[in-house]
Amino acid sequence: MAKEELLRVENLKKYFATNSGMLHAVDDVSFTLAKGETLGVVGESGCGKSTLGRTILRLHEPTEGRIFFHGEDITTVDKKRMKELRRNMQIIFQDPFASLNPRMTVAQTIEESLLIQGLFSRRDKDGLRKRVHELMDLVGLSERLVNSYPHELDGGRRQRIGIARVLALNPEFIVCDEPVSALDVSIQAQILNLMQDLQDSFGFSYLFITHDLSVVKHLSDEIMVMYLGKMVEKCSTADLFRNPIHPYTQALLSAIPVPDPDFHAERIILEGEISSPIDPPEGCRFAARCRFATERCRKGDIPLHEAEPGHFVACVLDQNKNPGGIK
Amino acid sequence: MSDKELLRIENLEIRYETDDGVVKALNDVSLYVNEGETLGLVGETGAGKTTLAKGILRLIQTPPGHIVGGKVFYDGKDVLSMTEQEMHQIRGNAISMVFQDPMTSLNPVMTVGEQIEEVIAVHNPDIGKEEIRARAIAMLGRVGISADRIDEYPHQFSGGMKQRVIIAIALACNPKLLLADEPTTALDVTIQAQVLEMIRKLKNEMNTAMILISHDLGVVAQTCDRVAIIYAGRIVETGNLYDIFKNPQHPYTVGLLDSIPSLTKETKRLNPIKGLMPDPTNLPSGCPFAPRCNYASSECSAAVPELEESGSGHFVRCIRKEGR
Repeated sequence: MAKEELLRVENLKKYFATNSGMLHAVDDVSFTLAKGETLGVVGESGCGKSTLGRTILRLHEPTEGRIFFHGEDITTVDKKRMKELRRNMQIIFQDPFASLNPRMTVAQTIEESLLIQGLFSRRDKDGLRKRVHELMDLVGLSERLVNSYPHELDGGRRQRIGIARVLALNPEFIVCDEPVSALDVSIQAQILNLMQDLQDSFGFSYLFITHDLSVVKHLSDEIMVMYLGKMVEKCSTADLFRNPIHPYTQALLSAIPVPDPDFHAERIILEGEISSPIDPPEGCRFAARCRFATERCRKGDIPLHEAEPGHFVACVLDQNKNPGGIK
Repeated sequence: MSDKELLRIENLEIRYETDDGVVKALNDVSLYVNEGETLGLVGETGAGKTTLAKGILRLIQTPPGHIVGGKVFYDGKDVLSMTEQEMHQIRGNAISMVFQDPMTSLNPVMTVGEQIEEVIAVHNPDIGKEEIRARAIAMLGRVGISADRIDEYPHQFSGGMKQRVIIAIALACNPKLLLADEPTTALDVTIQAQVLEMIRKLKNEMNTAMILISHDLGVVAQTCDRVAIIYAGRIVETGNLYDIFKNPQHPYTVGLLDSIPSLTKETKRLNPIKGLMPDPTNLPSGCPFAPRCNYASSECSAAVPELEESGSGHFVRCIRKEGR
């Protein structure tokens, strides 16, 4: 059965004008996301992964490129239509401390989504209360917390409010921007299970943005690796971990500390640090840190090519020369 | 690495007296670190990891904090009964500390060179300016920063480079023990790998012992010799790396290991620990983990279990003793 396409992003660019030049936050990214699937976006600080998520929801206006949701080009729609669309396109933020209004109770926070989108009228108090309780129950918040304020709750519970608020609208597509990074591991596992259960029940599509490769491996069907605004590799999760082709992906995978004293990866320690995304030089943006970089890497565009069926890489090297991967 | 004991902590108790009640931050904590060895101290937010490190150096802010019981011996000397003068010889010289946040632990209005020179000068009053400068340059070199950046300010450095500077400051006086509090948590994974590699190398060259405080079991597995797991201010399990990762005995340790999505195995669903950390002002009687434990019985809440030896050097605070 062919999977139904939900979201298609074509050549998306988001540049920010700064005093020192043009910052290329997202540079020519294309992908599709099917209904009920999860696309993981990984990369380090400043690679443009959060900007990508926000630009897709038009929380930033794209500089160039097109975004299709259910086949409709949402880059050209007006504000009114965009608000309607946002009922179906939601975001869970990283910081459960900063993304909640400290002066609103749990109930008020969840109600707000329902009221803004006109799913309930303010007069329908019973209906609202019932729906809020239903949502709290779904995300595992006990009913006695209904009048609590965010400062009274721990990070895990706050993130559950963020999820309930999104769930209230029953969206089809959710951008998850590092939703578990601020949480302790035991709480992180609880939230990841919750997100999986909700996906199974409601068929959500996730764009899951994270720097944590073990989390993204656990949740995603496909993974996209970003470096300095560019997509450098994209393929199924299994392929990425079995056969990473781009030298950056290889270094990234080898750098993960594995919680097993017997596991000794051949660690590729990258030289130097990520360079500036402001007016980047032509050629491969990773070339300055790449072990295999040649003259060719510093010239012209490095196109994404299909190295294996469904496995896309932006690298000019012969893939057989750089074997890697976690076995 | 030798078997000579460098640091011994006995029954350390630390409390914070707050408006909301008394926080029992550390309860009956006993630990040791041998010369040149790396001990990983693992626990979640609020478990008491940072309090322990600060307690060793007597950096607990009083009020609200008080060391209410226990002893800390460094090289056989009782740290808690030292005068402030004697403490100056310990802090930064014998034992130094690296804090988690590289963005806020450097002085923004001093060059990195001045900050390294400062610690060398304080602990070596007899040496001249030029010698101090030379040592600072050498130290920068050891952490992989070129000498021509010595007169730059912290804001000119990236996060990873700042953490290198902080490590250079910490190691400038060749301490016997380094307390590293989440030294790589704020860094990206490829930068973390660089910094951990550098810490490992320097530690071996200088034969420095280290207590690595971390919530990241991956970092601990790749860096430490021995591990102590701390929960609600108590050590619940301690042993060598293999005891903890291959044969965990305490249900909390097992739960922590099961909470991490595996990179090497396929897992459909994670197996998290239910519930939340207990409120440190209102710890449950008996085993602090009992309310979240799948195996808890009435016996567990009657009294805090003793830390008992389950194998050579492997201690567990649980009455169940069956492991996984």
